Amino acid sequence: MKARIKFRKYGVLKFLGHLDVMRFFQKAVRRADIPIAFTSGCSPHMIMSFAQPLGLGITSEGEYLDIELTEPVYSADALRRLNEAMAEGIDVLSFRQIAEDKKSSGMTIVAAAEYLVLPKEAEASALREYNSTEPVFPAVWNEQIDAFLAQPEIVVLKKTKRSEKQVDIKPMIYDFHMEPGGVCLKLAAGSEANLKPDLVMETFLSFIKEEDVKLHYHRREVYAENPKADGPEFISLEALGWEI
Amino acid sequence: MDYTKIEREPMRKLALNDEILLKIEKPARYIGNEVNSVMKDPGKVDIRFVMCFPDVYEIGMSHLGIQILYDMLNRREDVWCERVYSPWVDLDQIMREQQIPLFALESQDPVREFDFLGITLQYEMCYTNVLQILDLAGMALHADQRKESDPLVIGGGPCAYNPEPLAEFFDLFYIGEGETVYDQLLDVYTDNKRAGGTKKDFLEMACQIEGIYVPSFYQTDYNEDGTIARFYPVHPKAPEHVKKQVIVDMTDTVYPTAPVVPYIKVTQDRVVLEVQRGCIRGCRFCQAGMLYRPTRERNVDKLKEYACQMLKSTGHEEISLSSLSTSDYSELKELVNFLIEEFKGKGINISLPSLRIDAFSLDVMSRVQDIRKSSLTFAPEAGSQRMRNVINKGLTEEDIINGAGQAFEGGWNKVKLYFMLGLPTETKEDMEAIAVLADQIARRYYEIPKEQRNGKCQITASSSFFIPKPFTPFQWAPMLANEEYIARAAVVKHAFLNQLNKKSLRYNWHDAEVAVLEGVFARGDRRTGKVIEEAYKLGCIYDSWTECFDNEKWMKAFGNIGVDISFYNLRERDAGEIFPWDFIDIGVTKGFLRKEWEKAMKAEITPNCRMQCSGCGAAVWKGGVCIESKN
Repeated sequence: MKARIKFRKYGVLKFLGHLDVMRFFQKAVRRADIPIAFTSGCSPHMIMSFAQPLGLGITSEGEYLDIELTEPVYSADALRRLNEAMAEGIDVLSFRQIAEDKKSSGMTIVAAAEYLVLPKEAEASALREYNSTEPVFPAVWNEQIDAFLAQPEIVVLKKTKRSEKQVDIKPMIYDFHMEPGGVCLKLAAGSEANLKPDLVMETFLSFIKEEDVKLHYHRREVYAENPKADGPEFISLEALGWEI
Repeated sequence: MDYTKIEREPMRKLALNDEILLKIEKPARYIGNEVNSVMKDPGKVDIRFVMCFPDVYEIGMSHLGIQILYDMLNRREDVWCERVYSPWVDLDQIMREQQIPLFALESQDPVREFDFLGITLQYEMCYTNVLQILDLAGMALHADQRKESDPLVIGGGPCAYNPEPLAEFFDLFYIGEGETVYDQLLDVYTDNKRAGGTKKDFLEMACQIEGIYVPSFYQTDYNEDGTIARFYPVHPKAPEHVKKQVIVDMTDTVYPTAPVVPYIKVTQDRVVLEVQRGCIRGCRFCQAGMLYRPTRERNVDKLKEYACQMLKSTGHEEISLSSLSTSDYSELKELVNFLIEEFKGKGINISLPSLRIDAFSLDVMSRVQDIRKSSLTFAPEAGSQRMRNVINKGLTEEDIINGAGQAFEGGWNKVKLYFMLGLPTETKEDMEAIAVLADQIARRYYEIPKEQRNGKCQITASSSFFIPKPFTPFQWAPMLANEEYIARAAVVKHAFLNQLNKKSLRYNWHDAEVAVLEGVFARGDRRTGKVIEEAYKLGCIYDSWTECFDNEKWMKAFGNIGVDISFYNLRERDAGEIFPWDFIDIGVTKGFLRKEWEKAMKAEITPNCRMQCSGCGAAVWKGGVCIESKN
């Protein structure tokens, strides 16, 4: 059977790269004695796959990995055991069973991710409810965001390891609005189209001719297209699973 | 929203800011917070200790010794032991530019605020990194120029058996195994602190503890020819000889059953079981083989327990055994079979050290690894039988060919061979014999009928240059000049080209420049310390890393200070010469080592400790192999 683990990553562990997070969970699963399945063959390895790599320096409360189990474990039990095996900076938030079919598991289903953008110095508040009524960014950003999104296209130079190309990022921005605690961004994610929040904010800041704004990025959630909905609708990866 | 909001302020503060951490390579080297790392309240301990391995995190974290000491010291409620490693060159530069003081990983507090800075000395080429540590910590390089509030700098590890090149940089050295007198040393420290004593007061008390060497209490007089005339204590309480520390009974020693688990991939990313200390073999070039006498085994049942506990506490997916000559561990079969039966089905890899090739090791290897991918390793160390007799390497050509033959018949086709070049009495024939031996192994492979072979075979021979080390029978031996090493490697290379199976053979050799430097500092005296300091000031660090090593700067440092390499490397030392390390008593006597040197010159072999006691002197501890037959 398959299980989906949701976790958050914060504090000093935001400096842990994606490969190291994978290594961390491989070891943590052993420490927690989770009955994980292995591939067969000469050098067996754990059946474990991660959703969406998180950039270095970004914190998150919506990270996912799927694992294959050899026998069922209760969600509450697994959650407790895994959290006993964590280090400060990674907490497991849920442990749920997911459907066996490829459409609900595997990380090809990732379609979007939501981020909270806040001032660098307010990083520590990313994981807390924002209580003040004082907005953290200037109110004028409301109109500026509207103007930014009203452009017919938003062409940026996207750099990858191999190439650079001009891309219109506008269709990949699903949501971009101000909240009292920061800016909320919902962006395309996954293998088909992927947009990083810092690219959006850099483009926006240069659009409004602001420089020297130091920002912190915090991922709130990762979504898939809801397989049960008729039209395009996002559902969190967690909501595709159920408690064991 | 349905997620739980965290209440506490997230995390402790890091010494480096985000901007720096996002700019440098592998920031996780510097954040601490690893699983099983120890956090304590600094207000509730009397002693802050920081243990350093002066190389990059991935190397330092792979070292078992530090894990043992870290665990042992943190068992004391009054001590908090933390870790620090050399910042890599990218961070090194930033710390200098921004004047960020070196910090310990756990508390992220400046090293300079600690009571002790312990530095393990595992190889000579880390000496400039030792100075880097002191410098980045914001302390004077010389112990006598440091402040009363600076930590006491204590050295240990194999290179502490000739501490003299580093004498001026350290307050004290711990000679031998850490398990014996650290407690005593720390108690003395606390007593002295409570009594309001100074650093000097402490050192006076410390030098009276067995195994502790306080270099500032000793002086060296030199002869006109540069050799040592006299080495003597100048403090009335300092003993004439410092006795190596040995834990006689290994069964009840502490063992780190919950070692720190690094986030990033380190060199030794696995559970390590130390099965024994010491070695019965007595190879004449090998320093560890003499230093760690007598050979002492750990109890196999304890080791099994440790294996289970450590795999559970770390979550590592691999376990390996560690010791010199692991094949000599008398319970090896039982231990290895246990590990395979217990863990193989749970996705745990068993990584074997290089074992003597025989039916047992081949069977075990075929059970734990993919034969097609793995290779056999032999360390004949020398090509000819005469040369192997000189170095007392009890491995015959017959052993090698038979072992390889069995392996080839079992499906292996890759062999690695390790040799040394520049050994005492080495002739051209001895050098060429390396190629001949490699070819003979290939010939043995091609004796197997073609249809039963696994394609071509691949024999890879590598050679490093022999470096005479203190406390070995070869401590009197001359080394060679750089050019001569290159010439000898060329002789071997040429011989390889003349072999029948040259297409199946490969030969590569290690760099000679580093070997020359290692030679100087391995047997160096106090005067060579100035060269290390000068090289560091010229910009040398990470000398064991080829991408950082700069021989020109080193040569310049020797020139600037006026130290002659040939004095240290090129002369054969006289039988009566006083060595800088003679004041250390390792149990094995200088007389025994000299006898071994003389036997080497006659290519006579000495039996191993289990075959026959040769009276080396290590029996004074009345333990391990020395009393085996008497039990």
